[in-house]
Amino acid sequence: MSEKNASLKATQKKTQKPRSRGRWRTLLTPLMAIVTALILGAVVIVVTDTSVYDAFGEGFGAGLGRAVQVVASAYGALFAGAFGDPARMVRGLSTWITTGDGRAWVQSLYPITETLRYATPLIFAGLAVALGFRGGLFNIGAEGQYFIAGLTTVFVGYALTGVPWFIHAPLALLAGIVGGAIWGVIPGYLKAKTGAHEVINTIMLNYIAFRFAEYMLDVGGPMARGDGRPVSPVIQPAAQLAQFFPSNPNIRFNLGFILALLAAVFVYWLLFKTTIGYEIRTVGQNPRAAKYSGMNVARTVVLTMALSGGLAGLAASHDILGVIGFMPNAFSSGYGFDAIALALLGNSHPFGVVLASLLFGALQAGARNMQGIARVPLDLTDIVQGLIIIFIAAPAIIRALYRLRTAEGGEEVVMTRGWGQM
Amino acid sequence: MPPVLELKGITKRFPGVLANDHIDLTLEEGKVLALLGENGAGKSTLMNILYGLYTQDEGEIFVRGQKADINGPGDAIALGIGMVHQHFMLVPVLTVTENVMLGMESIKNKLFLDREVAAKRIHEISEQYGLDVDPYALVGDLPVGIQQRVEIIKLLYRQADILILDEPTAVLTPQEVRGLFQVIRSLLAKDKSIIFISHKLKEVLEISDSIVVLRGGRVAGTALPQESNERSLASLMVGREVILTVAKEKAQPKDPVLEVENLTVKGEGAHIAVRDVSFNVRAGEIVGVAGVQGNGQTELVESLTGLRPPQSGVVRLLGKDVTHASPRVITEAGTSHVPEDRQRDGLVLSYPIADNLILNTYYLPPVAQGMVLQEPVIKERAERLVAEYDVRTPSILTSAGSLSGGNQQKVIVARELSRPDQLVVASQPTRGLDVGSIEYIHSQLIRKRDEGAAVLVVSAELDEILSLADRIIVMFEGRIMDILPVENATREDLGLLMAGVHSDEHRADVAVAKEAA
Repeated sequence: MSEKNASLKATQKKTQKPRSRGRWRTLLTPLMAIVTALILGAVVIVVTDTSVYDAFGEGFGAGLGRAVQVVASAYGALFAGAFGDPARMVRGLSTWITTGDGRAWVQSLYPITETLRYATPLIFAGLAVALGFRGGLFNIGAEGQYFIAGLTTVFVGYALTGVPWFIHAPLALLAGIVGGAIWGVIPGYLKAKTGAHEVINTIMLNYIAFRFAEYMLDVGGPMARGDGRPVSPVIQPAAQLAQFFPSNPNIRFNLGFILALLAAVFVYWLLFKTTIGYEIRTVGQNPRAAKYSGMNVARTVVLTMALSGGLAGLAASHDILGVIGFMPNAFSSGYGFDAIALALLGNSHPFGVVLASLLFGALQAGARNMQGIARVPLDLTDIVQGLIIIFIAAPAIIRALYRLRTAEGGEEVVMTRGWGQM
Repeated sequence: MPPVLELKGITKRFPGVLANDHIDLTLEEGKVLALLGENGAGKSTLMNILYGLYTQDEGEIFVRGQKADINGPGDAIALGIGMVHQHFMLVPVLTVTENVMLGMESIKNKLFLDREVAAKRIHEISEQYGLDVDPYALVGDLPVGIQQRVEIIKLLYRQADILILDEPTAVLTPQEVRGLFQVIRSLLAKDKSIIFISHKLKEVLEISDSIVVLRGGRVAGTALPQESNERSLASLMVGREVILTVAKEKAQPKDPVLEVENLTVKGEGAHIAVRDVSFNVRAGEIVGVAGVQGNGQTELVESLTGLRPPQSGVVRLLGKDVTHASPRVITEAGTSHVPEDRQRDGLVLSYPIADNLILNTYYLPPVAQGMVLQEPVIKERAERLVAEYDVRTPSILTSAGSLSGGNQQKVIVARELSRPDQLVVASQPTRGLDVGSIEYIHSQLIRKRDEGAAVLVVSAELDEILSLADRIIVMFEGRIMDILPVENATREDLGLLMAGVHSDEHRADVAVAKEAA
């Protein structure tokens, strides 16, 4: 028995270390992935900048100096674009306090609000994919669910008139949830009943959703505005989500962000504190054990896809009710695909998804500034995002690179499953 | 003449664990050394050191009197040491010849495999040792017992003369075990030496020339088979007195709890796995289902527990028709189910123990109020069950996947037997477990019986059936060969029934049955 006891003690020692340290370790890999991606992004900036080559022509020192300068200016612009310029903020704040004119202060907040605005639909879509992952389903259809939800939400938004805002906006949000959920339930039902793989079906339903939206919104389509543009009518003011800075039309930071945070809390509660979440996770981890224990695996699969689709739908509701105010034909967002990356980066944990979305939001907001000021193309953020995902998806690279120890067990998430394995 | 293999003071430390602590052992040429020990006693570590997968921290290995440095399986093979792993390392879609050649292919014209040369040698080896293996058969088509012989051929083909057999009988029927022992004897006759790893006492006593018992990484004792018995070996292994034959009162069966009539169940694909089976299990008795793995027991249990709808027939639980009921309905009607494959069906390995313990009660009060899980209740229940059912774990939050097999099974047993159920269905409840855990699980099943539950135990281990059951059902190719009270059952008769032969048939059939097995 002594060996058993010895090993027991060994494991005990490991688990008795403060839990916060385990948490820290789960954050460590994503953090190192981000840092590594930014370093490689810097390399890309340097090698694509002709001025660096010119400087190297003058000498090694000059070249190196120029390279550092280029990277610093690009990442400086990225940072300022994502979080704002601290000096401007201080100036704005002091003007507001001394003169009572808050406009400069509000305007200085623009970058950070852009980050949060970009992050909002990413949180919804990321939660959608993460919830699917927890249930063992790979929902690649968030993009299609977003389109269908866009149609339902905008329809309720413009077609309903004379309804007070406290009914209209919630109804329009609900329409988005329902639209997305319906588009999620279809592949869920097909999977549950026939075993058809959701990856294929969600991809195909994406195309159907794109074309359906095109048909509805194209000039002369049933939902077109009728002024020769392929866009829907503008939603009623009562359907709009409340803006935080109504005085400054540039800032489109709205109530949707709070809703997204609430959605993350809700998903966390649902997944980890309720019987429904227990069923979803069990089906995701081990469908055979779920069946053995008497769970209705088929119903759980359908429910998971409905919830996932509904969350993806809220991304569209936010964009229409909180930002654009109508639905254009060319609505393509790419959220559905970013969402997969976000769920991965956030380890399919709702709060991880929020953090990942804030990062991606910051990168996107900052990229515009970087392009404007440092003349680094927007595409660099895509490269950085791509690199982050590669490092997250292949954590062995990061662990080998920084000699991190393997993270302790914990609940792994089944990303996808083959045919007929329910 | 020096011994063919000698280990002196082998010590291996893993972080926090002393896996091998100054182990000495000696293997003489042409002899069988049995290495006996519970799971986790250090047998595998020691053999992995010998096979070059680990390097010892201290100690020396001598092969034929020469000190040996074994830094990898390549070195081991060069020294003539070969190992048959418990899980065979064979490629099912390749032929016997191709499997044996793998890694040391004979080549002709610099480019092409020379299967003929290899097949010829395999045939010679097969003849020489009485292995009876067709070099051109597809490995996937062969029964497990023959696959094992292919593994042995692999070693002989590489000219190994020290063979390590890791739990070689775990997957065999009694008849196949007998065949394996014949093979071992013919190997010994050709001066091969064998290390036989097992925790089955009967077999160790039968086949070995000397026995080394490991416990907790140390040599707990050495023994000679002719001077030992099962009891003495078991207490060496476990470190205390062990009750091998479970003490139990005579059954006091009452009314039938489970009634099965003319049940027919389809297996995977189109084949009929269970054919027209009828039996009952009464309150207060244990009915054992004996049979070689794959004769319909799995499908029978699945259909009784709602996991596999039957083709025809009736299943009644306490008089209620549950033939096509869902697993949940059957569970709620008072059935506990210890599934055959604990990792695949019985547990969510990534979940903590506490969450695994609520797998089929998670939606019922007090575990859940409405749809909200009650964490304090779940934790309190887990603490209680872990203590009550002796699950060895650092914490109730440890994931089930990091427990040993025996403790995983105890988690399932705790979950299933802690409910006040009328029917317990336990499928292979002690497969792969050590003596201590087996003893414990058996006593729990008997406790259930004595509390008035009907218990159905399915097992491929005859010993288990014989020591637990009050009545025995023998299955062969989906049919019930016989149902007999344990008093009238002998190992010999059961073995024959398991091979599809009625014992009252002509005795000449016995030989045929052995062939068939």
